[in-house]
Amino acid sequence: MRVGRTPFALPQVLRDVLAQGSGRLGMTIVCLHLAVAVAAPMIAPQDPAVQDAGAMLQSPSWAHWFGTDRLGRDVFSRTLLGGREAMLIATLATVIAMVWGSALGILAALIGGRTDALVMRFVDAMMSIPWILMVMLFVAALGSSSAALVPVLGFSYGLSVVYLARAAALDFVARDFVVAAQIRGHARWSIALTELLPNVRDSLAVQGAMQWSWILLAVSSLSFLGMGVAPPTPDWGQMIADARGIMQRAPWALIWPMLALSSLVIGMNLAVDAWARATGVDRNRRVPGA
Amino acid sequence: MTAPAPKLEVEDLLVGGAEFRVVDKVSFTLAPGESFGIAGESGSGKSTLLLSLMGMMRQGLQHIGGSVRLNGLPMMGQTDAALACVRGSKIALIPQNPATALNPSRRIGAQIDEVLLVHSALNQRARAERVLDLLGRVRLAEPAVTAHRFAHELSGGQVQRAAIAMALAGEPEVLLLDEPTTGLDVTTQSALLDLLVDLRLRAKVGMVCVSHDLGVLARLCDRIGVMYAGAMVEEGPLALVLARPGHPYTQALVASIPRLSTGGLPSPIEGSPPALFHLPPGCRFAPRCALVQDACHSQRPALSWVEEGHKIACLRPNMAPKPVAHRPTTACAKGAPLLAVQGLSVSYAKQGLFAHKAPKPVVEDVSFTVVRGEVLGLVGESGSGKSTILAAIAGLAVPTAGQITLMSKDRTADLAARATDRPLSQLRSIQLIFQNPDASLNPRHRVIDLLAQPLMLYGHVPRSDLRAKAADLLSEVRLGAATLDRMPAQLSGGERQRVAIARAFAANPDLLLCDEITTALDVSVQAAVLELIHDLARKHDVAAIFVSHDLAVVRAIADRIAVLRNGRIVEINTAQELCARPVDPYTKSLLRSVLEIPT
Amino acid sequence: MVAVLLERIGLALVTMVIIAVVVFFALDLMPGDACSVTLERGASDSMLAACHARLGLDQPPLWRFITWAGDFLRGDLGISMQRERPIAEIVGWRLRNTLILAGVTSVIGIPLALGLGVLAGLNPDGPLDMAISGVAIFAMTVPEFISGTLMILLFSVVLGWAAGVVTIGYKAPAFELVKASILPAATLIFILAAHILRMVRASVIEVMQSDFVQMARLKGASRRRIIWHHVVPNALLPAISIIGLTMAWLLGGVVIVESVFNFPGLGRLAVDAVADQDLPLVQAIALLFGFIYVLTNLGADLLALTLNPRLRARRR
Repeated sequence: MRVGRTPFALPQVLRDVLAQGSGRLGMTIVCLHLAVAVAAPMIAPQDPAVQDAGAMLQSPSWAHWFGTDRLGRDVFSRTLLGGREAMLIATLATVIAMVWGSALGILAALIGGRTDALVMRFVDAMMSIPWILMVMLFVAALGSSSAALVPVLGFSYGLSVVYLARAAALDFVARDFVVAAQIRGHARWSIALTELLPNVRDSLAVQGAMQWSWILLAVSSLSFLGMGVAPPTPDWGQMIADARGIMQRAPWALIWPMLALSSLVIGMNLAVDAWARATGVDRNRRVPGA
Repeated sequence: MTAPAPKLEVEDLLVGGAEFRVVDKVSFTLAPGESFGIAGESGSGKSTLLLSLMGMMRQGLQHIGGSVRLNGLPMMGQTDAALACVRGSKIALIPQNPATALNPSRRIGAQIDEVLLVHSALNQRARAERVLDLLGRVRLAEPAVTAHRFAHELSGGQVQRAAIAMALAGEPEVLLLDEPTTGLDVTTQSALLDLLVDLRLRAKVGMVCVSHDLGVLARLCDRIGVMYAGAMVEEGPLALVLARPGHPYTQALVASIPRLSTGGLPSPIEGSPPALFHLPPGCRFAPRCALVQDACHSQRPALSWVEEGHKIACLRPNMAPKPVAHRPTTACAKGAPLLAVQGLSVSYAKQGLFAHKAPKPVVEDVSFTVVRGEVLGLVGESGSGKSTILAAIAGLAVPTAGQITLMSKDRTADLAARATDRPLSQLRSIQLIFQNPDASLNPRHRVIDLLAQPLMLYGHVPRSDLRAKAADLLSEVRLGAATLDRMPAQLSGGERQRVAIARAFAANPDLLLCDEITTALDVSVQAAVLELIHDLARKHDVAAIFVSHDLAVVRAIADRIAVLRNGRIVEINTAQELCARPVDPYTKSLLRSVLEIPT
Repeated sequence: MVAVLLERIGLALVTMVIIAVVVFFALDLMPGDACSVTLERGASDSMLAACHARLGLDQPPLWRFITWAGDFLRGDLGISMQRERPIAEIVGWRLRNTLILAGVTSVIGIPLALGLGVLAGLNPDGPLDMAISGVAIFAMTVPEFISGTLMILLFSVVLGWAAGVVTIGYKAPAFELVKASILPAATLIFILAAHILRMVRASVIEVMQSDFVQMARLKGASRRRIIWHHVVPNALLPAISIIGLTMAWLLGGVVIVESVFNFPGLGRLAVDAVADQDLPLVQAIALLFGFIYVLTNLGADLLALTLNPRLRARRR
């Protein structure tokens, strides 16, 4: 029950982020990538799926700015479009991960006691299985499809969010103002929302951005292994896998997707670092032991 | 006969940053074997001053001017390596928080041994013997066992003694003490001070002791300096300064300390200390001074002699102040019983997946009643169960036995064990104020949001009236309406505690539970809060249970006092009777341990 | 101390049980099972039923779980659908190989990371720190398949020092495998060390600010003494639990790196198994990885217990 809004100073935060060199660089790269991803179908000069048997493995030329790959497809268009599917999956999965992870983590911290211990035991156990094997289990049974990847990745990455949200909330749960709210007679969910959430919000925002970049990398890795984005949809991970065998003869088919993916991730990291510094979030928090 | 060369000379020391000063032109000297106390509240710069005596600066602070000399050698502007031979051997520090000042992964004995290793030429066996000898000198039982322990395995008092042993290891000529008894129980504190006095007599070391507690300084020091906003405003022999303080700040400070012998509300000091960035030109204390003149605002007074050995920094030293009379508490009207606690017992069991520890009783068979409008004080040391009793009444701790009954105006009912099971009317009647105002106010809410919660929940105040009602509440706790839109981080500790009090009164309660609410506050701020609670409670006919470990504070505000020990009430009586004619031996020992300032 | 030890071991066992339950029932809940994915689409119901009976898939779930778990404990991991051989046979050699790879990575990577982390943390924002941290940040942002591929590009294609892709078989002698694991291990070390190094650096910086380090300075201890006796022991202790957590990452990274380099280990086997939709095999590998992780973490926990006196006493 709040009367006024706590001043959520988004414009101020953005200004602080852009005041830092790393922030400016990072935000620029990320925005550029997002813009390209959105506009790609319209600006890509060639159809990425068209295979031109006569033009295989051509080095960069006026017709094909980045050259062609093993199947004669235009590398430039494929690079422009290669991030779309992965970014979409990453966005959806991140939303799922953050929502379920934060909810469970904050509530576990608030309820405490045996419930908390049980939840953490379960989360610990689930985190013992490397995310990639969880995904592989599902892909083995269901076949690889983007639709299946979203919930599986959302679940797997949500686990580490539970950990972090709980740690962030625990910082505050023992504080007297939460106790005061409890004895005033507010319900648990109301306390989670009104008292805890505004305090862990910044930490979660940073976490969310980092999860997005990790999930993006996960999708690319899966595509590399043939379990992620399925052809003919272009994907950077897939392109790198394809180009591996021929990297001596056609390095351009390998380098461009690599640069694209790496630059996006590095840009994201720089922006998140600057954001964390602007909002006072401690990124180097040690993950608490059992 | 010429006086011996001073051990320590501080001359016009200036410490701070680009735009602010933490220590502003402070000068004093320490003769060999002398004990000098530095008194001051938070923000006075005393801790920074102490550290600079060892040539150490905290992060973000720099030495801007002036000098510190130990035996004639300069301490400022030197590297760690250059000072290493002096630190620990000629001058040693007893830290404020010994638990964190000791390496958590090395044994106590090894850390004392380290001082000997660095500064002496003794071989390993001789060092080991010395370590045991030192631990014995600080009166630690079983020195050999203690030497083998880690810091977290010792109690607060034991770890402080170990720190003293570590400081003495190098056989220093000057000992620095930083708030030596903070966080310790009254009886432990008393024993520790006895030890320090004894050590000083035997070893004939010089001492510089920093404390906010004048009582502690009264036990340990010959001379005293009072600091305010980075400057030393008064300096002189201890007995003289405390009996006839010259500077208005010292006078006000002494007046704000609760007295056990006389009782009565101590007098607060209006206003708050200046922010370091906005120091007023002229005298620092002028905005709050009762004797202020026009000249005080423009001219900064220097420390100058007023009489033999006694210096004051004031344009108009008042050498004959009015005697300090604390305002007596108004007698409480004999009211109907409000709360009855009967046979209350509480124990804490360890939670977890495998909970198998036997529960420990924290409160055992406690019974008392609280009458409408009275203030009942609960006094005890840590572990006595006093906070747990409040927690049980508030519904935070589930009792294992006993009953708590609330007799409100229309009905009498037993309180359910958990707050979540109680009806809103009961929750409204009992309000809890916490010790630490930093933690009890949500840092992301504005003051108006914080006050709105109880107003809407209990008072069903419509949104349109909230601002007006909240402003009324704030004026009762003597804060302006402008505070409504501030965030807790923008308020001082005292202001935050006032907001917490306003929040409690917003519910229109019958009973106020005060859990060490002044313990985290400076003495002058504490006086203001005590006065506030007393006046508001009388005005609104609200009863209060006031918990504290400090008997003098409880004496100032309570009508009746209950003394707790190990979860049981050992004595309960009116405040006056308890302090004048105590019955139980534990009460007597508590009264003896309270440090009174000689007047 | 013994009580804490038993508690940790008990918790580890509970965790392993939960993993087994999840791995088993996760597949159970999904449409399709070992039979339906292996047999051709449009297989008749009777063929499916026969397959189910053969594999025991017509039994109630709890019974199946118990038999499966029981078999596993006795060393019988079931039969691979595609290869039609006992899984234990297939997995055995490859487990050894993966352990060799993980072992080489840890033995070189962990001490390297600890040392670099301490160096970086002692002079934060100094030239050494900028260099180390810069490389570390780069390593953390680039995924394994890219760094692996770059390694091959650099060392095999450009410099010609080592063969890029591994060509030896899975039954090759251990020594050969150690040699073959150099490039894959280097890739893993690059990233593993970066993660651990950043944590150690942060820990060192925090410890340098602590009260007891300031106290040591005030006792007149030399800088060298402060670093070796006060900073390093206290900064590295929390690193041990972090190392345990990084193992989970390592196990995941192993899968990708083995695929990049064609290293004959458990990870590459898993990828092949997924491509073949060989469910029992994937299940068994997932379970194995989970157990390895739990055991490694238990080891790290026990190490931390012996080294950190504060953890030995039960929390008061």
